[in-house]
Amino acid sequence: MSVDQAIVRRIAHLARIAVDDADLDHLKDELNGILGWVEQLNEIDVEGVEPMTSVVEMAMKKRADIVDDGYIADEVVRNAPMSEDDYYVVPKVVE
Amino acid sequence: MTDLTKLTIASARDLLNSREISAVELTEAYLGEIATAGDLNCFVTVTAERARQMAAAADEKLAREAGGPLEGIPLAVKDLFCTRDVLTTASSHILDGFTPPYESTVTANLWADGAVMLGKANCDEFAMGSSNETSYYGDVVNPWHRHGDDETRLVPGGSSGGSAAAVAARLCLGALGTDTGGSIRQPAAFTGTVGIKPTYGRCSRWGIVAFASSLDQAGPFTRTVRDAAILLKSMASHDPKDTTSVALPVPDYERAFGRPVKGLKIGIPKEYRVDGMSDEVEDLWQQGIGWLKAAGAEIVDISLPHTRYALPAYYIVAPAEASSNLARYDGVRYGLRIADDDLITEYEKTRAAGFGREVKRRVLIGTYVLSAGYYDAYYLRAQKVRALIKRDFDVVFDAGVDAILTPATPTPAFAVESMATASPIEMYLNDVFTVTANMSGLPGISVPASLTDDGLPLGLQLIGRAFDETMLFRIGRVIEDAAGFFSPERWWAS
Repeated sequence: MSVDQAIVRRIAHLARIAVDDADLDHLKDELNGILGWVEQLNEIDVEGVEPMTSVVEMAMKKRADIVDDGYIADEVVRNAPMSEDDYYVVPKVVE
Repeated sequence: MTDLTKLTIASARDLLNSREISAVELTEAYLGEIATAGDLNCFVTVTAERARQMAAAADEKLAREAGGPLEGIPLAVKDLFCTRDVLTTASSHILDGFTPPYESTVTANLWADGAVMLGKANCDEFAMGSSNETSYYGDVVNPWHRHGDDETRLVPGGSSGGSAAAVAARLCLGALGTDTGGSIRQPAAFTGTVGIKPTYGRCSRWGIVAFASSLDQAGPFTRTVRDAAILLKSMASHDPKDTTSVALPVPDYERAFGRPVKGLKIGIPKEYRVDGMSDEVEDLWQQGIGWLKAAGAEIVDISLPHTRYALPAYYIVAPAEASSNLARYDGVRYGLRIADDDLITEYEKTRAAGFGREVKRRVLIGTYVLSAGYYDAYYLRAQKVRALIKRDFDVVFDAGVDAILTPATPTPAFAVESMATASPIEMYLNDVFTVTANMSGLPGISVPASLTDDGLPLGLQLIGRAFDETMLFRIGRVIEDAAGFFSPERWWAS
């Protein structure tokens, strides 16, 4: 499978990364280089193989459904480039 | 008077406990060394004031004989660990000004045991790189030079390049790194230091800036195998805040020391003899086999047939998980923001300005392989290949092999910018020997083992059974005893 410039533009948009048109061709070649290289995985028969989920078999840990932290809104927003009254401020989204 | 920067963690601990030296003078000695080593660019942030406060507190505890296992030991912390109220950047522009309101579990464990933080070490951006050349804060320079060549600056490896270089240059007694595909073991090999990636789940990932969550593990850099055992003991814990952290007791790794390796079975995997491996690396491997044989270990040839698929599978799994993890950098909640009237455009501009080339490349690859219709063909298949890689190891360990010996890297350290025109894949090949341990979750250690003819360090890697780091320290010690210790000349002091 390989990508063309239109696909690169589409995945860049999905990834929310602005890409200059001038960079599309170079990026396309780089991505195709990597995608071509990983294609060797198709040589392997993975029929019936369970995908790996953990290094040792173990049951997923669960914690009690209780509030054990909170009331730290000022700490949560303190790194925001813009905030107001414990809210993040973003450009107008809904008219 | 003792040269405080020549100490190991073990010897400094003894001198601190006997009050022959103070934590404050030890910390001052290392802060002094850091001040002379700006050319190496090991640190994004030096936390001198905090270090002095922590050292003073350590002295007060030591005076009361209430010191912890690492009381007064000065360490560097890869800038991927969140440290409360201290700038944490992941060496990325996009985390400009980020000061976490919380502390990672691993660093919290170390401070609880009395360690002192000297600063935050430079690394590849979001730990993506094998040469420490992707950092927004500039290249880290390896303290090692080729013999007779003072001009050529070499890379320290990556991604934990600042941590490795700081330990090699004696700017700290030990350092924290993380290893997703080789990011501890490869720089350890390039700088003549000891580096271990413990079993996945041994150290909590909570509070570590996430790259690829199913592969990331924290581990120490030190100048001796014993020091690595001491640091890992304090770093490791079961943490309810990380669902993949394992509820197993952490052994006292240091107690494994001195136990003989006579009768242990060491596997030598034929698939690790790769094209492009230098004669010096091949010779080193044979030397390592010789040392372990001489110590009474039994050497057995083994096969790990899926080895060559580990790296391509990694370059699906790691970018896929990275594209998901890095979705959080949106310019809204922390870090850099390139403002725009439109929210989507703001995201796109912020991420275009905030991420470097390698990070963008991996996020795009990850986005593609996870996009509609491709999940099974790429990510699911890669996770199945992982299971086969793990199965290869299981077969060998079930047959009684105690550990596997391989070279740590295919080459010694290379020159800064020498890979600038290479394809990304050529850079990725640095991790060809280390990435299998991440894909399988198994522990791996790199131990300095020799110098090349032009004077650069090379490392040997040991891969062990899940949660059997003790075995790696035990065998690593034998390699260290045979090989000796390696230190660079101090050319950088200004």
